[in-house]
Amino acid sequence: MELSANAQALAYLVSAILFIFALKGLTHPSSARRGNFLGMIGMAIAIVATLAGKEVQSYGFIIAGVVAGALIGGVLAARVQMTAMPQLVAALHSFVGMAAVLVAIGTFLNHRAAGTLNPVLMGELSAGIVIGAITFTGSVVAFGKLQGLISGAPARFAGQHALNAVIGVLTVALAVHFAMTGSMTSLVVMTLLAFLIGLTLIIPIGGADMPVIISMLNSYSGWAAAATGFTLHNNLLIIVGALVGFSGAILSFIMCRAMNRSILNVVFGGFGSDSGGEQSAGAVAADKGVNSASVEDAIYWMEDANRVIIIPGYGMAVAQAQHALKEMMELLEERNVEVKFAIHPVAGRMPGHMNVLLAEADIPYDHVLEMDEINPEFASTDVALVVGANDVVNPAAKSDSSSPIYGMPILEAGKARHVYFLKRSMRPGYAGVDNLLFYQDNVSLIFGDAKDTIEGMVVALKGGGH
Amino acid sequence: MPDTLVALYVFVLACFIGYFVIWGVTPALHTPLVALTNAISGIVIVGALLVTGAEEAGSAAEIMGFFAVLLASINVFGGFLVTNRMLAMFKKKKK
Repeated sequence: MELSANAQALAYLVSAILFIFALKGLTHPSSARRGNFLGMIGMAIAIVATLAGKEVQSYGFIIAGVVAGALIGGVLAARVQMTAMPQLVAALHSFVGMAAVLVAIGTFLNHRAAGTLNPVLMGELSAGIVIGAITFTGSVVAFGKLQGLISGAPARFAGQHALNAVIGVLTVALAVHFAMTGSMTSLVVMTLLAFLIGLTLIIPIGGADMPVIISMLNSYSGWAAAATGFTLHNNLLIIVGALVGFSGAILSFIMCRAMNRSILNVVFGGFGSDSGGEQSAGAVAADKGVNSASVEDAIYWMEDANRVIIIPGYGMAVAQAQHALKEMMELLEERNVEVKFAIHPVAGRMPGHMNVLLAEADIPYDHVLEMDEINPEFASTDVALVVGANDVVNPAAKSDSSSPIYGMPILEAGKARHVYFLKRSMRPGYAGVDNLLFYQDNVSLIFGDAKDTIEGMVVALKGGGH
Repeated sequence: MPDTLVALYVFVLACFIGYFVIWGVTPALHTPLVALTNAISGIVIVGALLVTGAEEAGSAAEIMGFFAVLLASINVFGGFLVTNRMLAMFKKKKK
């Protein structure tokens, strides 16, 4: 019952088509689950077709690996908290990277044993190893930063770029030497240097840029799979690698656009490390003081409002305030107040993070709008409630050309009649810039834990009118 | 046409498909997109199976292959299941 090479190739084609439909399913939430299901079928076909082919002759290690992997993956997927999704994703990226490295080295060993090595193959192997290794250590560092094991602050030192360049050139030189000679020493040193590049490339990048880093590593993991496809002459891996690689690249582009920064600026820039310089508009406004308000003040305007827009940020996730927000939304809707949520593309620690957290709290997705859809509505909104967000509503992005976030598109919360900020303290946001919105006359700050404050609002709303 | 060039053709054309398909993904589902691409990049499991099960595989290759199979299957199972879990939470307003 051995599958012929042609039948296997056709099965791979079916599998590739199913993966394309899987991604296509994510065009809309209503078709997304079916898409994911098609992806599972595609994967099952690919695995079965591979096992049934003539290349696979022994199954012991394979069964052990798949069973253990299924158990670990299943437990991780079932247990992970939605706030910790970025960490899980970073961990999974690192696994793809490492798997690509192991496959490439294993392929080298097998071809050496069979005496079928050639320079083209070894060149492709080098590409697979280098991309895989960078993906692995880069993702490990990203995981460490997200989990708080490594400082989120951008770490930089003099000569950093020069060092990276030297390591990069050395790695390429070793790859060429390996491809020409098949030297094991070159292979090992090249692999170690590639691991090092992943480390030195991601360590300097600040926590504020996590959405870009996650997207970028997503892209790398795709290119690693594609490189593996080249070494094995396997078109399915090449197709999937290209799809994933482009997916990550497009997400990186969208995230960078939402911060008005180039990808080079993110990778080599070290955001949030600048401290001061000349007196900016922010410092001038700071002298004016801020308004602070109570829960009752906010409720007074919210309960008779026509429209309330809630702007969640990572602070909402940290405080786990999404469930309380859902309860507040329902109480307001009972009073015929229209409640909407406004999401900035870089809110949270990965693309679309806020949408998942709100969905987890059972907030219907048609209440949750993207920046471009919702911005025209702020001017006719009674109350904008900012929950744990900061930089994404900072008008300095529009008005203060000396600000590091200048030019970044923002949610125009300041145009609402009343704006309430739920904040723990006056600490600036991730970008390390003061928020000019605090000093606007229609803006008040409610200090305290976001969850406690929202729960206070829920109690006040249940307690009836004023 | 040599094999490597055919592979390059496939790669470049797949990049175009990726470009057009991914731009169609709604921003609300960007986190599930990352998780799903995680799952399907677990396709390196095919490479891992080929290395591990190869007739000429010595014990070093077999051990490397085993770990590659293990890591790639964590991606495949973890990725698809967590994507499914997330997508199940996206609901329209009932009424």
